[in-house]
Amino acid sequence: MEVSRHWRLRTQRYSLVGEICPNCGVKLFPPRDVCLECEAPAKELFTFTGLGEVYSYTTIYDAPAGFERYVPYTVALVKLAEGPLVTAQLTDVAAEDVQMGMPVEMVTRKLTEDGPEGMIVYGYKFRPISLTA
Amino acid sequence: MTNVSIIGIGQTEVREHWDTSLRHLAWYAIEAALDDAITTDIDAIYVGNMLAGSLSRQDHLGALIADFAGMRGREAITVEAADASGAAALRQAVLAIQSGLVQTALVVGVEKMTDQTGSAIGHALATTLDQDYEAVQGATPAALAALMMRRYLHTYGLQLADFAGFSINAHRNAAHNPYALFRHPLPPERFAAGTLVAAPVTLFDQAPLADGAAAVIVTHSERAMDMSPHPVRIAGSALATDTLALHDRRDILWLAAAAESAQKAMRHAGITPAGIHLFELHDAYTILAALSLEACGFAPPGQGWQLARDGQIGLDGRIPISTFGGLKARGHAGGATGVYQIVELARQLRGEAGECQVPGARVGLAQSLGGSGGTAVTHVLTIDNFQPPFSAQADRF
Repeated sequence: MEVSRHWRLRTQRYSLVGEICPNCGVKLFPPRDVCLECEAPAKELFTFTGLGEVYSYTTIYDAPAGFERYVPYTVALVKLAEGPLVTAQLTDVAAEDVQMGMPVEMVTRKLTEDGPEGMIVYGYKFRPISLTA
Repeated sequence: MTNVSIIGIGQTEVREHWDTSLRHLAWYAIEAALDDAITTDIDAIYVGNMLAGSLSRQDHLGALIADFAGMRGREAITVEAADASGAAALRQAVLAIQSGLVQTALVVGVEKMTDQTGSAIGHALATTLDQDYEAVQGATPAALAALMMRRYLHTYGLQLADFAGFSINAHRNAAHNPYALFRHPLPPERFAAGTLVAAPVTLFDQAPLADGAAAVIVTHSERAMDMSPHPVRIAGSALATDTLALHDRRDILWLAAAAESAQKAMRHAGITPAGIHLFELHDAYTILAALSLEACGFAPPGQGWQLARDGQIGLDGRIPISTFGGLKARGHAGGATGVYQIVELARQLRGEAGECQVPGARVGLAQSLGGSGGTAVTHVLTIDNFQPPFSAQADRF
């Protein structure tokens, strides 16, 4: 049980709150307080739109404890529209239908759970943006 | 600046040591290294280990191993840097000897993987990732390698089969290494039919995890001749870091820490990639072998895989790699792996590599990566009287 650990990350997990560097303007996700690019202090919050595209992806068949029941599942590097890459599962799409460059959007889903009676961890995943909607 | 030399080496087989505990494994490697060095005069012990806290519920290995090896009272600590723990432990020993406060140091890398089963090992391995932003999404070390590999294949228009040469070479060399886990050849058609682990990475791209321990004893080079008939010089040593999370890299296909530590270590040794005779690299995944060759200056970006295709990584090629099987076929014993690389390189430079011998090997490079490249440790080893082509630059060792 790591209740406080997951609670601390609620704004990142549920609404992609990162940071923007007041010095060089780079947008940061995950937030890190010191800019990845210029190493200036960066504590100004920035909420990402949740839009992006698939930069790379993998379908996992050999899962660690806590994820066996979801096999196979697809983890991607999503390039957010504002710049940074984020590691996230893809959802609502078959593994064979994923393509490089595919437009995706953030949704909130169950990530894992701490045993049958434990806490359920929710967070962001990404799904394809329907071009017909 | 004080020069440091290796005066003793020892290793155990890499395999499922169900009959042997973590402390016994460490001791067997230490015993072999002490015998090889003809000394028991050890001032400090550096233990490289990655996962004993998770897999064996045993931390505090410095005191445990010093005690068990009959060296109670000595300075001893554990060094942890994921898969690079063993190499990072050697790095600490080099610094200690160069400080002048330690005369002779013992480095032992040890990992006990197989007391746990698959998903528990996977869970422990995921602790080497960014727990809050990678592991929570179900990512694994293999998944990160797969994300790099998919991007590499996409960027350069390649297929999985273009990486076959790395694993085939590793298995070919391991066949002659009695310490190796896999001593059978890997036919190309079997590589193509590998079981998917994290697509596109298959079982045949991925190094098998197993138990093992390796040890080296190091001291001042001036004393080394009295303590070993064939000391091997550590001519360069460097450790560098990159972002822990793959998604934070400027370019996920550039191993910045590998490049930085290799450049520093080679500059210190007074050599360039052209002067390296063999390279024990971190082939935990075939993609990491290709990216390591690129980061260390043996191929331009996007062309590391061609060295495998063209047969340039074999024992008689331009840059032999994984000469005793590498991580892929000797086996990947976690925090011990970086010390295995050093033991193997020393055997090559001593001319004791048997069927695995690289002809005329006098200068070797060893590089160990932690995780997806968040840590990189590089060492340049030479025969003891080697004269580098360029002046060594020791100002920022």
